[in-house]
Amino acid sequence: MTSAVQTATRKALPPPTERYTILGWLQKNLFDGWFNSGLTIVALGLLYALLRPLLNWAVNTARWEVIPANFNLILRGQYTAEQVWRLWLALYLLAFVVGFAWAANTKIIQGELIVLFAVPLLLMLVPFFDGGIRINLLIVEAAGLVGYVVGRVLPQRQSRLGVYALLIYAVVLLFILRGGSGDTGAWAAVPTNLWGGLLLSLLLAVFGIAISFPLGVLLALGRQSKLPAIRMVSVLYIEFIRGVPLISLLFMAQVMLQLFLPDGFPTIDRALRALAAVTLFSAAYTAENVRGGLQSIPRGQYEAADALGLSTFHSMTFIILPQALRAVIPVLVGQFIGLFKDTSLVALVGLFDLLGVARTVLGNPNWLGTHQEVYAFIGLLYWIFSYMMSYTSRRIEARLAVANR
Amino acid sequence: MQQIAASQARPPFYRDERVLGVISQIVVVGIAVGLLSYFYSNMVSALRNQLGVAINYGFLRSTAGFDIGESLIAYTRSDTYLRALIVGLLNTLQVAILGIFFATLWGTLIGIMRLSTNFLVSRIAAVYIDIFRNIPLLLLLIFWAQAVFFKLPRVQEALILPGPTFLSNRGIAIPWGVPTDSWPTYRLILLVGLILAFVVARLLQEQGKRTGRMPLLTLWFVVTFVVVGVIGWFVLPQPLTLTTPELVGFNTQGGRVFSQQFLALLTGLIVYTASFIAETVRAGIQSVTKGQREAATALGLTGFQTLRLIIFPQALRVIVPPLTSQYLNLTKNSSLAIAVGYPDLFAVAGNTILNQTGRAIEVFSLVMGIYLFFSLTTSLFMNIYNQRIRLIER
Repeated sequence: MTSAVQTATRKALPPPTERYTILGWLQKNLFDGWFNSGLTIVALGLLYALLRPLLNWAVNTARWEVIPANFNLILRGQYTAEQVWRLWLALYLLAFVVGFAWAANTKIIQGELIVLFAVPLLLMLVPFFDGGIRINLLIVEAAGLVGYVVGRVLPQRQSRLGVYALLIYAVVLLFILRGGSGDTGAWAAVPTNLWGGLLLSLLLAVFGIAISFPLGVLLALGRQSKLPAIRMVSVLYIEFIRGVPLISLLFMAQVMLQLFLPDGFPTIDRALRALAAVTLFSAAYTAENVRGGLQSIPRGQYEAADALGLSTFHSMTFIILPQALRAVIPVLVGQFIGLFKDTSLVALVGLFDLLGVARTVLGNPNWLGTHQEVYAFIGLLYWIFSYMMSYTSRRIEARLAVANR
Repeated sequence: MQQIAASQARPPFYRDERVLGVISQIVVVGIAVGLLSYFYSNMVSALRNQLGVAINYGFLRSTAGFDIGESLIAYTRSDTYLRALIVGLLNTLQVAILGIFFATLWGTLIGIMRLSTNFLVSRIAAVYIDIFRNIPLLLLLIFWAQAVFFKLPRVQEALILPGPTFLSNRGIAIPWGVPTDSWPTYRLILLVGLILAFVVARLLQEQGKRTGRMPLLTLWFVVTFVVVGVIGWFVLPQPLTLTTPELVGFNTQGGRVFSQQFLALLTGLIVYTASFIAETVRAGIQSVTKGQREAATALGLTGFQTLRLIIFPQALRVIVPPLTSQYLNLTKNSSLAIAVGYPDLFAVAGNTILNQTGRAIEVFSLVMGIYLFFSLTTSLFMNIYNQRIRLIER
């Protein structure tokens, strides 16, 4: 029997793409009616009024020489100059591990990967870097490539290995930065009060994120738990932390922590106390975001997991959490950006993070009155890292959305 | 044949969910209570051994002995710590309320600009949002303070804007109303107007429900209030007189002067929070699907009616919860005032009073308690609101 309806075997043509001439595009987007035209003209006027003095300042008036002169301070604070090679070592290893983790996770060469590999090469273009820095950057690039090749050699995709490599790196990193116990020699100790600048900001942010995330997930699960006592403890913690400003926690960690500990307890490192405050603060917010994800999972998923005979632990790790976390990636990344920005508050309790060293630079009599230049540069550094995070999150989101369809 | 009595066989206790539940709860509560009481006992003994004091809030009644840069109520250095604390609290409320008001206006404007079909306008809004969402607020505050407001010229060379408004290193002086004798009466009249407006709106709403023709409630509310206000203004002998600032010697006189610290904090908070509010507003408006608009058109609603009856109610449902948390964030972020030298609650209590008295526990419990109170009451109202506007399905 033949079908009464003839099924077409011909492929449907894609819809015609919109094509404009430049003038056509201008008319559609900028001069579409008198209202839009007026808006465009006003916006152009405002831009001109704003950008002209700004550009004039940036090109003619600004004393940008303050940045190269204090570049080391801004990047690493007071970190002992003879031990700087250890920072480079940490960077080589980082490049290696990142390259390896990337290749272990996916064999497809993505745009982000190429951008990542371009970063050291682009940094070599910075005019005031000397030969030593450029050679070091080249080694970083090479280490990254070696790591990537090693990852490619693996027989199949093993994301797990990449994660392990990153975890091991985190421990090794602290060891490299902190050094041994002696005051001299190649492996001399560098106490954390000398860590500063971008180095300290990034360390606080990375370790803050890495520790607060599992803590937050646990708290979110606790808040969703059927057991009333566990739920109560989680809710109390979350609501308390979310109700007070971070600065009060930071002050408390500096002023009061020692009171809570028994007599004769060794003084806890200032940087560590700040990290603890930032982490505990962030965990409560992570918990609320993850809870949003948990609530978006339909009941059927829980019931299906039960029907398969999975234990609570297994249904959480295999069924619920992967879906819940995926649903809240954008929010979580937004919150991690917030954490990175919030690390700037440690400057108020006397640590020398990016903002702290900026104040040091401005306190130097040679650079009086360069507030605008220094803060603009620091702001740019913060902005680059935050924007990178939000950009990556948007890419991940888009990719997951494709996978969902 | 082997019989399996599944219903009677109890699993061993280490696999019984009920037993495990009880045990895990005891463990968690035990750890939490144990840690807290351990900290508490350490704290009490440390206080006794090192300082020889116990926790005591009595110091709040003793003389503060320090000056506060600006205050909404009368305050001198011979007043008590408690009064100093209240001064700080009022300063926090002042900056928070003004900040919330202007950040909402500015953020909504940016959010709507972001949705504009005009390419340039939408791009400008996007760049604004991308810049200010990605740099720390503290940096922004310090930038406004040190690179902008603290660099204003001396009073003699003050920038004069129409108004007249004087911008100088003594702050910004603007024209301001000074209450006269009839001001208290006028405030009462305004209160009456507010109540009357509520009553009118309520009656109109009832009538609208009966007849099926809902009048513009908000409009009638505002009109009633304004009419009462205007009548009161002319009946009473001028409740407020306007004073304008003028240059006298080395200072400005008259009008209202806002300090640079206050303005730096306020501007920073507005600029920063507005970028978040803009995203909230944009997401809210975009969350109303195109079909809703088309359905409204199909029903014959006009453009304004579509906005008022279809788009806004649905967008608000999405906007309000994150917007409230932005308001709370702004209030909590105002504690960064300490970085620009504005005497808010945290700067007065957590810094000055703490340094003078050394009573860390008392001061921090008070400060955190106050912030916590704001936050918890707001979430309470938020929950009530969410219950009311919740979509009722099935």
